[in-house]
Amino acid sequence: MTSSALSLPVSRAGTLRRHRLVERYAPIVTIVLALIAIWYIGAVLMNLTLVRDGFEREETPYTVSDLIEGTMSAERPLLPAPHQVIGAFVDSVFGYAPTAPRSLIYHSTVTLSATLLGFVLGALLGIALALMIVHSRVLEKSLLPWIICSQMVPILALAPIFVVALGAMGLQGLLPKSIISAYLSFFPITIGMVKGFTAPDPMQLDLMRTWSATPRQVLSKLRWPSAVPYLFASLKVAVTISLIGAIVAELPTGAEAGIGARLLAGSYYGQIIQIWSALLAAAILASGLIALVDLTERGVARQMGTRS
Amino acid sequence: MTLQQQKALKLDDPDVTLWRDVRESYVAPIEPVAMNSAADARAELTSSPRRLAVDVRNVSLTFETADGKVDALSNVSLQIADGEFVSFIGPSGCGKTTMLRVIADLQQPTSGTLLVNGVSAEQARLERRYGYVFQAPALFPWRTIEKNLKLPLEIMGFSDSEQRQRAARYLALVNLTGFERKFPWQLSGGMQQRVSIARALSFDPELLLMDEPFGALDEIVRDHLNEQLLQLWDKTGKTVLFVTHSIPEAVFLSTKIVVMSPRPGRIIDIIDCNFPRVRTLEIRETAEFLKIAQRVRVGLRAGHSYDE
Repeated sequence: MTSSALSLPVSRAGTLRRHRLVERYAPIVTIVLALIAIWYIGAVLMNLTLVRDGFEREETPYTVSDLIEGTMSAERPLLPAPHQVIGAFVDSVFGYAPTAPRSLIYHSTVTLSATLLGFVLGALLGIALALMIVHSRVLEKSLLPWIICSQMVPILALAPIFVVALGAMGLQGLLPKSIISAYLSFFPITIGMVKGFTAPDPMQLDLMRTWSATPRQVLSKLRWPSAVPYLFASLKVAVTISLIGAIVAELPTGAEAGIGARLLAGSYYGQIIQIWSALLAAAILASGLIALVDLTERGVARQMGTRS
Repeated sequence: MTLQQQKALKLDDPDVTLWRDVRESYVAPIEPVAMNSAADARAELTSSPRRLAVDVRNVSLTFETADGKVDALSNVSLQIADGEFVSFIGPSGCGKTTMLRVIADLQQPTSGTLLVNGVSAEQARLERRYGYVFQAPALFPWRTIEKNLKLPLEIMGFSDSEQRQRAARYLALVNLTGFERKFPWQLSGGMQQRVSIARALSFDPELLLMDEPFGALDEIVRDHLNEQLLQLWDKTGKTVLFVTHSIPEAVFLSTKIVVMSPRPGRIIDIIDCNFPRVRTLEIRETAEFLKIAQRVRVGLRAGHSYDE
């Protein structure tokens, strides 16, 4: 019996590496684990002096392992260890009823509602401005400089002015925060959509001209579909900025609810771990929102026949 | 319907189907135009006065550029009768594309008059009397092939059932039945260009303007498409204006060849081709074919097309 010289044995060495899940998630998991490791080391190093001073004040004998254990379980650390943050986070999320004032879910929903309302208002305003700029040379020259100037003033300075002024007009709570979020998020959408509406190439515009299409038909059949990729790119930027705007809007006037309020309370009472768990909630919120926009983008792209 | 009634139609009325199956007995005034060949003179005198599809008189187009004036077209005069297949041939920059764009009202001449099917170029464009095929397929990538074919029909207000019928009919005409649900990126360049031709024909214009439609394709596909285009022309009886820079293609396809030369853009020669209407690729080796190709080359040389 002759064996073919070309029958190579199937290599089993790389099959684990080539498994679909491993390929997809191994890189990100590795990076996250590395970051957590660096975080732990940072926590130990930064809290060292704090803990050593505490031991020496109480004049108790301590060993190196006591020190290290102390750095990772201090009550008011400079840099909380990851397990402390996650512990506080889990407590705030699952330890209270979702509508209780101490629940992180309650605060997150308050901020989220302001974020979403501001995002929607900002998107509508941004698209309306982009439409006006694309269809009128006069408006382009007069509006665009003002739009760019509007983003130059730091929002941290503008937010208190907004909140106080709107409060004097009788608008409180959700609306001023949403207006600040909208103010921040309309800008990337305007710039992105202006680029998107002017994206169709001259040949396609000539084609519409040979069929003597009305400007409205050109807008709906050519400019809008061409602008969709730009729309989703700027929506992702806008939704993050909107969240930041909602949090910033809660800071200056001492709001009682929301992630910004939690940050404020944490800094008033020296609850560093509370601050960090609120930050973790904000990060999860932001990634969730971007994931939603991304999901919508994929669905739309499939409908529009994009090469997958 | 008379021409006056047609003009009174509201062009964006969705219930109106602009079906131009009107062959009016429009008599062209037989003015003494410069005869470029004895064949032309004989044709003008012996045949009954056919309607002129395109009547160009002393058209000039001058661009102002940073380097000075550019005469894209200089005193060009041309008469094209109904049902002819006319090729424009010349080197780059001789004004053949400009000529086509002027006829399509995509550019306006600086002097001279131009009548398309008896009306001004702008009127012809508003009445959707021609279909234009560009150098690139210019299909909308977010639409399926069927929807791409339906695009001009949507703009012109055809009913849904009418749109479906026409899309199916013209797709069959270019031998692409079965590709309705595909997206443009799934088709090869030649197939995309065929869809583009079907789209230009889908609303039944009397005139077909083609600007180097097969320029980006390889020789084999181009030969195949040349044959198909001739069959299409024979079946539909349209007037075709075809811009090319390939001498064999021009001689193979046309009933009349217009040789142009650059700087300034002008007509050097108008050649009649009397091949039978149904042709195969084999005629490219016949003596008469070579004689006409030689005459084209002589014209190009006389217009300094081969100089630096």
